[in-house]
Order: sequence, then C-alpha cells, then structure tokens
Amino acid sequence: MTQVVTRTLSRGARGSQSFGWWGMVLLVMTESAFFASLLFGYFLLRSMHPDWPPEIPSLHIAGPNTVLLLTSSLTFWLGERSIRAGHAGRLELWLAATLLLGATFLTLQGVEYSHQSFTPATHAYGSMFFTVTGFHGAHVFIGLLMNGFVLARALAGHFSADEHEPVRIAGLYWHFVDAVWIAVFSSLYLFPRLF
Amino acid sequence: MSATAAEAARASRLAAIWETRPGVVGALASVDHKDVGKRYLVTAFVFLVVGGIEALLMRIQLAHGGASTLSPELYDELFTMHGVTMIFLYASPILSGFANYLWPILIGTRDMAFPRMNALSYWIFLFAGIFIYTSMAIGDMPDAGWFAYAPLTGKAFSPGPGLDFYALGLLFLGISTSVGAVNFIVTLFKMRAPGMSLNRMPILVWGTLTASFSIIYALPPLSVALVMLWFDRQFGMHFFDSSAGGSPLLWQHLFWIFGHPWVYIIVLPAMGMVSDIIPTFCRRPLVGYTYVAFATVSTGIIGFGVWVHHMFATGLPQLSLSFFSAASLVIAIPSGISFFAWIATIWYGRPVFKTPFLFMLGFIVLFAIGGVSGVMTGLLPFDWQLTDTYFVVAHLHYVLIGINVFPVVGALYYWLPKITGRMLSERLGRWNFWVMFIGFNVAFFPMHWLGILGMPRRIFTYPAGLGWDASNMVVTAGAFVFAVGILLLSINIAWSLRNGVPAGPNPWDAGTLEWSIPSPPPPYNFEVIPTVDSRHPLWENGPGIAEGESDLTEGPVLDEDGHEVIGTSVLDGAPETIQHMPGDSLWPLYLTLSLTLLFYSLVSAHWPLAVSGAGLALVCLVGWHWPGRDPGEEG
Repeated sequence: MTQVVTRTLSRGARGSQSFGWWGMVLLVMTESAFFASLLFGYFLLRSMHPDWPPEIPSLHIAGPNTVLLLTSSLTFWLGERSIRAGHAGRLELWLAATLLLGATFLTLQGVEYSHQSFTPATHAYGSMFFTVTGFHGAHVFIGLLMNGFVLARALAGHFSADEHEPVRIAGLYWHFVDAVWIAVFSSLYLFPRLF
Repeated sequence: MSATAAEAARASRLAAIWETRPGVVGALASVDHKDVGKRYLVTAFVFLVVGGIEALLMRIQLAHGGASTLSPELYDELFTMHGVTMIFLYASPILSGFANYLWPILIGTRDMAFPRMNALSYWIFLFAGIFIYTSMAIGDMPDAGWFAYAPLTGKAFSPGPGLDFYALGLLFLGISTSVGAVNFIVTLFKMRAPGMSLNRMPILVWGTLTASFSIIYALPPLSVALVMLWFDRQFGMHFFDSSAGGSPLLWQHLFWIFGHPWVYIIVLPAMGMVSDIIPTFCRRPLVGYTYVAFATVSTGIIGFGVWVHHMFATGLPQLSLSFFSAASLVIAIPSGISFFAWIATIWYGRPVFKTPFLFMLGFIVLFAIGGVSGVMTGLLPFDWQLTDTYFVVAHLHYVLIGINVFPVVGALYYWLPKITGRMLSERLGRWNFWVMFIGFNVAFFPMHWLGILGMPRRIFTYPAGLGWDASNMVVTAGAFVFAVGILLLSINIAWSLRNGVPAGPNPWDAGTLEWSIPSPPPPYNFEVIPTVDSRHPLWENGPGIAEGESDLTEGPVLDEDGHEVIGTSVLDGAPETIQHMPGDSLWPLYLTLSLTLLFYSLVSAHWPLAVSGAGLALVCLVGWHWPGRDPGEEG
C-alpha cells in the first residue's frame, strides 16, 4: 500500500472538502424536512376540511415581499462572487444590502400580520398560517443574524479570495431560507387560488 | 536517538497536544470523543435503571388483580415516563455513546468532525433528561403515554404542566439528537483513514450511518408535532381540535412518521454491533457483507413508508391500510437477509462461546420472535384483533429489548475492556446472560397470550378471575429476574474496574482498527494515522482470513500544529486535506446552560426570562464561532 505523503495534502479545506460545508448541507436537509412536515400538516388538514382556507390570503404584501427575498439571494451571491475575486469591500456592501432586504421582508411580514382578520387562536387554519409563516420568519431572522456575523467578520478583515469558507456556508443557509419561502408561498398563497 | 526513544518522544508530543487539562474545568471543557462517549454510556445506563425501576413498580401493581399499590394516576404517569425514558433517554443515547467512543477508533482518526458540537450534544442530552424528570420532582409527570395522543393531551383533559415538560423536553432533546446525527455523518464521510473506502467500513458504521440519516429526516416531524402540541396548550391554538378545523389524526400521522423510523434508529446501530461482534467470535469475516450493508440501508429507507401500521384502527381508507400493510411486510426481507447472514457466519465459522457471543446468540433468538410477532401485527385483520392489547406490549419489548438491550449488553462485555483496559468476569458474565435471557422470556413471552386473551395495555388493574392472574404473576416474577440480570451486569462492571484482568490491545483477536491501539486508548488514539487496505486490517497476517496490506505503523503523525486530522474523500477514503480541529472549550456547556434557561422559562411561560435565555444562547454562538482561543482551552 502506498504511503500517505502529508506534504502533498492541502491545509484547510474548501467547499465539499470542508467539514463545515457538509455540516450546513445536513442542517439544511433536516430543516427542509421540518418545513415539509409543517406543509404536510397544512395539506392534511386541508384534505379533511372542504372550507379550507376560510379566506385566501392576500398577495398585496406577500407578492412584493417574495421579490424582495429572492433579490436578497441574488445580492448574497454577488457578495460571494466579489470575495472570490478578492474584493472584501464589495462583499461588505452586498452583505449589507442582503441584511437590509431581509430586514425589510420581516418588517413587511409584521405589517401583513397586523392586517390579518384572524389570529392563531381563531381556528386551525389561523394556527397553521401563523405557525408556518412564523417559523419561516424565524429562519429569516436567524439567517440575518448569521449574515450579520459574517459581515462583522468581513469588517474585521478575516476574509480573502482564498479564505472565505464562512461566507459560503452562511450562503447555503440563506439560499435555503429563500427557497423554503417559495414552497411556503406556493402552498399558502398560490395553491388555494388554483385548486 | 534510537527508534524507540524517538517513538516515545513522538507519543509524548501527541499526548501534550491531545490531552484534556486536569481538574474540573478541564473535564467540563473536554471535547475528547472518548470522554463524551463514556459520559453518554454512563448517563444512558442510569436512565435505563430509572426506567427499569418504573417498570418494576408497574409490575408489582399488576402482579394480581385488584391491587392498589399504585393509584391510577400514578400508574399512568409511570408508564408514560417509562416509555419516554427507555425510548428517548436510554435506547438512542446509549448507541450514541458507543458511536462517540468507537467511531474515531473504528475508522482510524483522532476526533469527530465537530468536537465541540459533540460535547454540546452530550450536555443537551443530560440537561434535557433532567428537564423531563423535573416534572417528577414537582409531582406532575406527563401521563398520556409515550406517544401522547391528542385530544387527551389537550389543556382540557391534561391541565397540569406534565405534558408541557414532555413537549418542550423532547424538543430540547431533539437538538442533541440532530447535532449528533450531523456529526456522525460528516465524520464518517470525511474522516475515515486513508484507504478505508465505503466497502471497507466496519458494518457497525453502516448501522449508525443509516440511523443518522433517518434522524435527519425523521426527527423534524416529531419536532413539528411537539411544537403544535405546545402551541395548542400554551396559546390556545387548534391544530388537534376537530371542532375548530384541526384533527387529532394530524398528531398521529406526524408522530408515527417519526415514530416508525425511530424504531430503526434505535435498532440498526445495535444490529451493526452484532454484525461486527459475531465475526470476531466465529473467526471469520461476516458472510454477505455487501448484502447486510444494503439490507441495513434499505431497512432505514423502507422504514419511512410504514408509519400507518400504527394507525390501522383509526378508520383510514381501506386502500391506504392495504398499502401500508404490504409495505410493513416488505421489511421482513432485508431483516431476513441480515438474519441469515449471521446464521451463515456462525455456521461457517469456528465459534468461541464467550459472554459477548452469548448475548449475540440471545439477540438472534429474540430478534426472530419479535420479528415474527411484527409480521403478525403487520397484517390488518390480526392487528384489528390485537391492537392495544398486551400482545403489542410483548412484540415491542421483544424488539426493543431483544434488538437493543441484548446487543448493548453484549457490546459492553466486548468493548468495555477497550474503554477501561480491564476484562469483565467471564464467569459472572455467563450468569449475567442466562439470568437476563431467562428472566426476559419469562417476563415477556406470557404477554403474548395475555394479549390474545384480551388483556388491554395501559390499565392500572383488572378484576381477578378473568384467567389473567397466573400469567401476570409469572410476568412480574420474570421482570424481577431480568432486573437481577442488570444488577449482575452492574456488579461485574464495578468489579472489573479494580480487579479485572488487564485487557491488552486485542483481547478477542478481533480484526478491526480499534483493537490495534492500547486499552484504554491514549488521548490521540493512533500514534500514526493508519492506512487501510481491507475490512479486517488486523487479520491480514492470519491464515487466510483477510487479504491486503494495511499499514498501521508508518504514516502521517501530525504532531506539530495542534489538533490536526486527515480529511479523506467520501467514496474511496483518498486523503485530501489536513484539517485543524478545535480544542477543548467551555462554549458547549455555556450554550447548553443558556438553552436550559430558555426551556425552563418556556415551560413556566416566563417570557422575559425566555428572551434572556435566547439572548445568552446567541452570545455563546457568537463566541463559539468567532476565531480565537476558546474558554477552557489549554494555554
């Protein structure tokens, strides 16, 4: 058996070589199962009750909000691209833009909540609506904290073209949060309009 | 310097890098996978004893009809706590204990992929266990059974805090389980010794890998169900309230989508241990390694498609019942493959009947009985006849004790010498086995016919004269004999710590990597990272047992720059990187304490305190991930 020569091995790791990347991929998998279970509950109750939903949620805020959140994925990706080219300053700007978009999304969601005609305690649909969107909102909030942390590290000068694994890993989570919104939005807002 | 002096210097350099600091702070900060593994084993064993005492109390109450040792309320609380304790606080954590201790030394590395997460998963397990048992201390335990069906669990029928402890405690514990599963998967994918391709892994690893992936997908439905339960109870929501558009069936679906895979989560790693231990005592490799590996993985996957067989009696459409009945029967195929692989290994081998092997044989017998009663209850008409009777209690205990406890005790006899460096008494071990095996069958076999005679489960007493009395007395006697078996095990372990014969590196002449290093292993596990060329690196020099040229004496040392490990590729185990691992840290403990504060505030609905708990947890996470020295790390 040929012997392992340590000289030829790189120190530190990127992408699928790094443990952290794998850890985040698995976290995203288990979080996806969490949202799948919530939506399973939504569709199961719907299949049992013909008058579900009692009213179809409005797109006035949720529609533009969807655009905001998807744009924030784009800004994050642009930031990641900047640091790959070694532009730490641009990374900081794009991260700040991502934070702003995410925070706006949450604020608008709060406005939407305040206009709802029902509360979580009104009926099972209300419980489901607020729990699903609330958990998504909580994930956006955690994503924002994560992005803020990455921004702080960027400002502390920790990242370069070669070393920016935390940016990639936080990006996985942020894109996941946006992708889940598409599933939530389709199920809660679009699906009742179609069927 | 001579060769041996150079080696000694190398060993002391490695020890200085990997050793945990002495003293209390060092122990609290330790992220050594061996410390974490030992803590898991001890804590889970304590929960086994606690859950066992709860069972004995119930058996005293049921020994004859019309007894009044326990009140009905206390009886309900005890069977709930017994189930929760055994399923969540013993069966899974004990396997995590083995996996934590053994994985790095089975696959030839020095640590887990996320050492601090590893410490975190232990601390959360401990504090979640204490959290759940707080309900006992305040005298209001959950009392709706371990699967806690709605609407009994609603505020209207269960006004006390017991079920809040259940819902939040299991959510809390879920963090530990999920973190552990992620850690196992990444460790296995990226840290195997150079040359250990997927088809050269010890079969135990396949079991824990499958279980870990099952956890990734099975635990979220439970978490969702628990969140809904707590929301219903705390905030007056209506998930399980059919008068307001909810449904109690929603709980049952979510719970069993989790619950059935969970059965495989707590048996597949144990079956993996069996597949690793049997070959050692038969002096030959496992027959059909590839088939057993496939059977393990496919059991895990099919296990996700059978949950409705727990709900046959809920009035679902006939078509879906038939589908789930068929899917449940399919599970018998992969189980049968593993079963015959074990038989064939024994058949073609030269068995040496030591204590661990006796437990494996006992396991095979109980697995057959529990498997057959499982196929029986998988059949719709049969299940309708016997659901919620003692037949089901018999079946599930044959499965859980037969496939989890027996392999676990055998594995303790097998691997404790590696962990403590001392052999257990063989003579006491044989007594231990026969007492447990006979006690178990006396306790649980009569439950089959008690069920057929119509005795329902979860009743605190029954009128005398229904023909159940004699069998129940026998069951109670058997339960106490079984408990004596566990006592003998404890005595044997305690005795061996002082008086056991020193084990040496390889007391069983086994073939896998963990037996190539001293017992107990040094902090750095392997002095050089081994290079693996076969499934049984230690059997390559034997007479034709294994082929290959593994190298256990020459290879990377990595003794220059802190905690370093080799990162390898997922499929082939080709070396790719050298990765720097974090050292000891107090952040996992701090984070756990913050979360503990959070969960106690939630259960008492003290919102400002909950916010501060969450805030503290956030501070811990920032401190944890910000680069720099960790609190508790050696200077």
